[in-house]
Amino acid sequence: MELLSLLSAGEITSVEVTQGYLDQISAEDGAVGAFLHADVDLALSKAAEVDRRRQANEPLGRLAGLPVAVKDVLCDTQMPATCASRMLENFRPPYDSTVVAKLKEADAVLIGRTNMDEFAMGGSTENSAYQLTRNPWDLERAPGGSSGGAAACVAARMAPLSIGTDTGGSIRQPAGLCGVVGLKPTYGRVSRYGLVAFASSLDQVGPLALNVADAALLLETIAGHDPLDSTSLDEPLPAYSTLVERPLEGLRLGIVREHFAEGLNPEVEEAVRAAVAVYESLGATVKEISLPHSKYAVATYYVIAPSEASSNLARYDGIHYGHRTDISAMQAELATEQKAFLAAGDQIAVDNMDSPLVRMYRRTRAEGFGSEVKRRIMLGTYALSAGYYDAYYLKALKVRRLIRQDFDAAFEEVDLIAGPVTAEPAFKLGQMSGDPLAMYLVDLYTVSANLAGLPGISLPCGFTTSGLPIGLQLQAAPLAEETLIRGARMFEQATDWHQRRPEKKQS
Amino acid sequence: MIEIVWFLNSQSAKVEVRKWHKSMAEDFTTVIGLEVHVQLATQSKLFCRCSTQFGAEPNTQTCPLCIGMPGTLPVMNREAYDLALKTAVALDCEIPEFTKWDRKQYYYPDLPKGYQISQYDLPMSSGGTLAISDSQDQFEPKQIRITRAHLEEDAGKSIHDEANGKADSEIDLNRTGTPLLEIVSEPDLRSPAEAKAYLQELKLLLTYLGVSDCNMQEGSLRVDANVNLHLETDSGSAATPIVEIKNLNSFRAVERAIEYEAGRQYRVWQETGQKLGEAPKQTRGWDDAAGVTRGQRSKEESSDYRYFPDPDLVPVITLPEQVAQVKASLGELPAALRQRLTTDFGLSEYDAEVLVNQGRALVDYTLRVADLSGDAKSACNWVTQEVLRVLKEQGRSIEQFQEQSVSSNDLAELICKVKSGEVPSARARELFDVMAREIYVSFEDKLSFEEVVKSLGIEQVDESELIDLCKELLGANPRIVADVQNGKQQAVGALIGQAKQRNPNVDPGQIRKLCLELIEQGFGSAE
Repeated sequence: MELLSLLSAGEITSVEVTQGYLDQISAEDGAVGAFLHADVDLALSKAAEVDRRRQANEPLGRLAGLPVAVKDVLCDTQMPATCASRMLENFRPPYDSTVVAKLKEADAVLIGRTNMDEFAMGGSTENSAYQLTRNPWDLERAPGGSSGGAAACVAARMAPLSIGTDTGGSIRQPAGLCGVVGLKPTYGRVSRYGLVAFASSLDQVGPLALNVADAALLLETIAGHDPLDSTSLDEPLPAYSTLVERPLEGLRLGIVREHFAEGLNPEVEEAVRAAVAVYESLGATVKEISLPHSKYAVATYYVIAPSEASSNLARYDGIHYGHRTDISAMQAELATEQKAFLAAGDQIAVDNMDSPLVRMYRRTRAEGFGSEVKRRIMLGTYALSAGYYDAYYLKALKVRRLIRQDFDAAFEEVDLIAGPVTAEPAFKLGQMSGDPLAMYLVDLYTVSANLAGLPGISLPCGFTTSGLPIGLQLQAAPLAEETLIRGARMFEQATDWHQRRPEKKQS
Repeated sequence: MIEIVWFLNSQSAKVEVRKWHKSMAEDFTTVIGLEVHVQLATQSKLFCRCSTQFGAEPNTQTCPLCIGMPGTLPVMNREAYDLALKTAVALDCEIPEFTKWDRKQYYYPDLPKGYQISQYDLPMSSGGTLAISDSQDQFEPKQIRITRAHLEEDAGKSIHDEANGKADSEIDLNRTGTPLLEIVSEPDLRSPAEAKAYLQELKLLLTYLGVSDCNMQEGSLRVDANVNLHLETDSGSAATPIVEIKNLNSFRAVERAIEYEAGRQYRVWQETGQKLGEAPKQTRGWDDAAGVTRGQRSKEESSDYRYFPDPDLVPVITLPEQVAQVKASLGELPAALRQRLTTDFGLSEYDAEVLVNQGRALVDYTLRVADLSGDAKSACNWVTQEVLRVLKEQGRSIEQFQEQSVSSNDLAELICKVKSGEVPSARARELFDVMAREIYVSFEDKLSFEEVVKSLGIEQVDESELIDLCKELLGANPRIVADVQNGKQQAVGALIGQAKQRNPNVDPGQIRKLCLELIEQGFGSAE
């Protein structure tokens, strides 16, 4: 990475680099709204520390002095972790997530916390309880989500690297819509310890960057087995940052028949087909494959993810931490209700009244969660309820296995699967806010990788006539991140889409 | 019908119960299943590294995971699983190769995550048995089937302080996440006595395995009882709705509560005729002071726990070889030990039970004494009679006793010396008591066996010495000699007393025998 070379060569200091990005944040973020929290002093003091240690020839970490933005869903003892929710507005984690700990160990400068859909639920970052994030390519449009802030800050050059999370496409989709590189690793490749859970069996942490090599470097920094996460994989970790520059010989590229069905924007289709042609020109053989169960992926995802979410979010009950409703107002409310029922002589209503505890739960959760979070908690609670479990949750688990089997069969024949990230380029803010189902369908091309636990990457492969970025998605077999990034880098080196940048915004 | 004997013999049944026991004696059976929660003796909790020590200041043994903080992840404590596996194997359960963790979901302030990590449809073990019997013959020996034993984490503790009209509750999360093994029996128990025997046998087994301290006061062993009645009526068989009794804080409470509940259910049956399936399963709490069960409002509004597999944990795989290894390492368990003590050592069933019930350490002590002395029968007799008596008097454990006072070596030596006659049997118990009374702080201070013998002046008395003593006594007591000659043999007893005063090492039996022989031979008769 160029910036890193300059830093290690002493041609530029970390304070200078950090200040540069902080200035860019000051200039741009008023319009973009990518950051929820930035601690300028903390960032600069870390940068100064790295500079001092470099001067003293002390050993330094892999990312020494390089700013990294972190999605507001990973715990860091020095930062809030709100998950863009009122529920955790004042929550200060007493521990570091493994990813944050690894970044600190690598001497990265943690420059700020990025905006997201509340608890990572959404595809536009509009579900943040705090602010809108705008797409740097068109401020009227959404950056995608849920890692919208993570993608937008890289696109607007407010951070060279950023950390996102991907449960159904939440790294790849905003990366695609913002014209940056976003990688979702194999499930278990990166520790989830300290990642505030949305859907535990689908969540993965991954890098966003301006190019594949930078993403590979950040992945190498955060990946690896973690004894604190039972689902993390104890597998050898390749040196992605060096391997990335080695093009793949005899690459077999798969094209999924089902990806090019109706609903795919013609400009997006054209860009993706052109990308495939680039691979052919680089010597790849292209093969059409079928993922017959992929048409059930969104439905399967919207049973499994809300089911797990309904359970994972049960802990926000106002008892031990986080938001709690005003107790005296709650008690007054109960007293007023009781008085009214008694005046009406309705003893049954009195008997059926909430206990103070139950009313505290209800008010706390009603106040603390936004509507999309509530919607998913209700969906999940329903799907796991007695009498519905077999029809929904269990059935979804079975389909999930079939989806994985489709991929296993496909990866017998091809090394990478190429396709669109989304059917459409960035949509207008507010365009889908009244239509949750349309919003869910944005995940069409990305959710299967989460259900199957595969790695996937989104990288820029073109622009619409109106100037919006188009993303190419590559997927690989489990643990084949090396193939994924080498394959992605081949394309990147043959094209210059990743070098375009959005116009400067007025603050 | 053996099933109802307990009821007729019951001494604690309430007066109102007695009034109708005759009518019910003929036509119902009490059916009982027990759910036992055992706290496993691990250093740390089931899914984090917090200590499980009892009695610490509230909320001092917690971490972000215990508090249910976002982003924390559980990591299984292998030790807890191993202890659970050991128990399940000892209960003869089947151990499946694959077991997983599930979330049991409900809202309560002492459950910070909003779910308890437990095991639902694929528990770590199922289908075991536990044999129970009663040396006092209250019921026939029988095998109680174990439905399953599974691992789960404990919830925190809610302390409801309703004094002074305040309704504040306090939560202590020290207990949150402590490993529990839930052992569920089939409804194979038919009386409070059987239920108590099952619990005693289970506790004994757990103690032998060293998997739990089974301290009921500290909540290490908790019991819920499921009780209903099976009735024979004119129109055929019927059963009453099942009631789960909670808050059972001692085995005695279990007995009393079941006894009460059976009577209560019979009364309700007579009043309402309500059968199983016609009313939901009810939870009742045992009020020990009042001696009654009371209906409880269920903890949650609904009993739909929405179980599903915990995605934060991976399944546990246990191969048959591992199970075989655990089985081989179990050592001798109470049932087998009792069997060996009766068949190989000739102990009565009662003595064997007494010994085994005292725990592994006492049995080991006994077996060592038996081995060292080569006289198993004497070893068992010494332990069940003398050692147990002393332990009870002194309130010491066998570990303390053998360390500080009478080691297995000492007792074996005593047995051998008595057998060889080196220590007159008349003085054996006195010698033992002296040894047992001494509490040595260190081994160096300890008097050797010989030194104790010497200090008591214990020595073998040879027969010529004894004959001389008898002759002397007979010569000095012509009236006793005359009495014996006139048929009053018991008169010789006075001579035994005198002999013991002269020499405490004499054997009373031998004195008696020698005196009578000498009188027979005409010694000491008036000329």
